[in-house]
Amino acid sequence: MAKVVVITSGKGGVGKTTSTAALGAALAQSGQKVVVVDFDVGLRNLDLLMGAERRVVYDLVNVTQGLAKLPQALIRDKRLENLHLLPASQTRDKDALTEEGVAQVITELRSWFDWVICDSPAGIERGATLAMRFADTALVITNPEVSSVRDSDRIIGLLDSKTKKAEDGERIEKHLLITRFDPARSATGEMLSIDDVLEILATPLLGIVPESQEVLRASNLGTPVTLSNPASAAARAYMAAAQRLMGEDVPMTIPSDKKSLFDKLFGRRAA
Amino acid sequence: MSLFGLFGQRRSAPVARERLQILLAHERSLCGQNDLLSILREEILGVIAKHVKVERDNVVVKMDRGDNVSLLEIDVEIPNSASPLLAMTA
Ligand SMILES: Nc1ncnc2c1ncn2[C@@H]1O[C@H](COP(=O)(O)OP(=O)(O)O)[C@@H](O)[C@H]1O
Ligand SMILES: [Mg+2]
Repeated sequence: MAKVVVITSGKGGVGKTTSTAALGAALAQSGQKVVVVDFDVGLRNLDLLMGAERRVVYDLVNVTQGLAKLPQALIRDKRLENLHLLPASQTRDKDALTEEGVAQVITELRSWFDWVICDSPAGIERGATLAMRFADTALVITNPEVSSVRDSDRIIGLLDSKTKKAEDGERIEKHLLITRFDPARSATGEMLSIDDVLEILATPLLGIVPESQEVLRASNLGTPVTLSNPASAAARAYMAAAQRLMGEDVPMTIPSDKKSLFDKLFGRRAA
Repeated sequence: MSLFGLFGQRRSAPVARERLQILLAHERSLCGQNDLLSILREEILGVIAKHVKVERDNVVVKMDRGDNVSLLEIDVEIPNSASPLLAMTA
């Protein structure tokens, strides 16, 4: 059965789009049929990180408005045949997306894919609530930094009240993905620790993605980091997170790019 | 680097942690309170609407939180034309 996952955070610039591309690719690399959907209407970027910016013809808004059929708008990845992208439109009309339109598209995508991964825009307004509306699972992307943690707390509140699942009295599954983590600075007390963030947000951990040069390189190339450099710390972190999403029991580590060190085992399992 | 430099000044994470814990405890309780207020507002509107016609925007429900007691303030503006009963006494 298909799973709809929203990648959300409240705060901008924490790594939602990066994570959508990397997790989408990681799941596809594991043989799953995946579509990544860009909900950031007006500020689309997922096409760039996927290296598909020159192949966009139709977009999510065109489909919801009946101007294009879904198969016309879907872009198949050049490297992974079971990975697809549904781009956002560049319209400045904030109300271009309607709830009914989104509901229809998500229902159709569910019938074709194993995973529907929705890249949320920043903020707590309509765009963000529409992106989470029909999700089964939410990944809250958090940086170990005060404003990001606070915004994650707000988003967790919204997930528990504004999603269809919550309104129907069901529980929406929530996980934390901590990104841009710097183990050295956390060890010296300059950066919130993983335990601090987990204790404050009281949400189970899906993975820890370290701050990594490879992420910038991947975005320069337009290739998700799990494809551009599978051996890098960020790629291994996203691969492990994808495996946990698929229900595999993978030990929690903080992958490191320093060759001499083994990945530090983090004494905790994903819940 | 001096020990003070290492442990006294650079350890800002514990401060962040404490500030967040206090702030989020406050914001989470506010969120619950906002919900209580909107529930009260809807029910009060319902009761009033049974008897007189009022504009939604003319019903204001506020909560002033004190240390020991809180004050619930309900402000309802009713045009005299909205109810024959009011018009008679006016
Ligand atoms: N693990 C990481 N290490 C280094 N840079 C990162 C990492 N994750 C994200 N970034 C960078 O942070 C910036 C914002 O990322 P992005 O995915 O666009 O965030 P969002 O979609 O939440 O706004 C980008 O420049 C990206 O390259
Ligand atoms: Mg983004």
